Amino acid sequence: MSARPDTLGETRLWLAQRFSAAVLAICVVIHLGGIIMTVQAGLTAAEIIDRVGGHAGWFAFYVVFVLAAAIHAPIGLRTVLSEMMAMPKHHASLLALVFGLFQAALGLKAVWGFYRLGGGA
Amino acid sequence: MSHQHRNHPAYWAFVLHRVSGVVLGLFLPAHFLVLRLAVEDARAMDAFLAWTSNPLVALAEAGLVVLLAAHLTGGLRLLAVEFLPWRNWQKTMITISGGVSLCAGLAFLLNAS
Amino acid sequence: MSTGSLSVSVWRGSKKGRFADYDVPRRDRQTVLDVVTHIQRYIDPSLSYRFSCRVGVCGSCAMTVNGRARWTCRTHVNQVAADGRLRIEPLRSLRVIKDLSVDMTDFFDKWAKAKGAFEPTATRTNDLAAIQPGDFKRRQASAGIECIGCGVCYASCDVVQWNSDYLGPAALNRAWTLINDVRDGGSRERLAAVAGDAGCHACHSQQGCVESCPKHLNPTASIAGLKRAVAWAALKGTL
Repeated sequence: MSARPDTLGETRLWLAQRFSAAVLAICVVIHLGGIIMTVQAGLTAAEIIDRVGGHAGWFAFYVVFVLAAAIHAPIGLRTVLSEMMAMPKHHASLLALVFGLFQAALGLKAVWGFYRLGGGA
Repeated sequence: MSHQHRNHPAYWAFVLHRVSGVVLGLFLPAHFLVLRLAVEDARAMDAFLAWTSNPLVALAEAGLVVLLAAHLTGGLRLLAVEFLPWRNWQKTMITISGGVSLCAGLAFLLNAS
Repeated sequence: MSTGSLSVSVWRGSKKGRFADYDVPRRDRQTVLDVVTHIQRYIDPSLSYRFSCRVGVCGSCAMTVNGRARWTCRTHVNQVAADGRLRIEPLRSLRVIKDLSVDMTDFFDKWAKAKGAFEPTATRTNDLAAIQPGDFKRRQASAGIECIGCGVCYASCDVVQWNSDYLGPAALNRAWTLINDVRDGGSRERLAAVAGDAGCHACHSQQGCVESCPKHLNPTASIAGLKRAVAWAALKGTL
């Protein structure tokens, strides 16, 4: 007897959560490192846009970052909602899904805008 | 019923992880929104960067960085607990090294403003 | 030799009830079980509580003492009531039958749900299984098999409180010991039984169980092992 479909689904959510966590760990270190360096160098908006904006590598990096966060945060939120808000699991899942899509959309729009501003695409 | 059973390190690590996760999860959409607005208008971007030099804002930023670093190092500790064979000292090591890197990063950030 | 008296607050009733206060003579080497027994024998015979061996082997006397789940027969008053005050309640997360006695049905039902029973693969006509005690899997199993099902870990787990479906540390720990038993044949069903939000994935590694287990077992480590085993099975497609 294999796992009931929802148990398998829940296992996959857990796996996605841990995998995206590992990806985010790397992304966060790079992101924070970059911010600390730009702040220390006292860069202006124009300079930041110039260096990071149109750069395809940074664009790809931030797309990965945004998507990983849009997977990681909602799954965590789902757990918090069902444990602390006494919300039925399927409600929490739905809310988390909507939040995740919303976050992905906002993030990708921001990254895309930044890329175009720097002269990319 | 009192909650004496919660007064141990691993419990506080959990609380910190959960609180920082929720705060960061709520912060992210705001972060993306602000970025997009700034991107669409270069003057708004400069004005925004000027606003961030306000000491209260800088403090909030530092607070967010602390929460981010805490969530990150706590998360790495959890990944070690779940995926590596159990060694008591391993988990403490990660937390300690996390704390150190947190302080270092914070020092840099505060230095810069 | 008596050395003063203790102020003891004891839960009376079931889900609804109140704390009743008793003064109990303090004695050398007195345990909390001694205190409860004194109340029932000399002050209020209507007090309901459970015990059996009184020497730390059976786990029947588990109660919440000053906020922590403990075996009352192995808890010396000096350890927990330095100021002479004791607060005794039934175990958390289990239905209170009366006063300090709880219904362990849910606890053992979840043990069964986690497939915490050995599934034999050999018969009496087979040779005995030759398992080295130092064998990796055997060491992992041995680390968790001393569990006597007392319920202290279950009563100390926050996730059990927040998620009524959660199987709990004891049931999952038992499942892990069986998964590491090479003689057992039920691992495929067992991994399916312990996966998901009611199973090992709900554990946040808070280690209330580790802190409270009177036998110093580590259910968090066992549950982490289950997470790895389930993840592996899911990735291979055998879950």
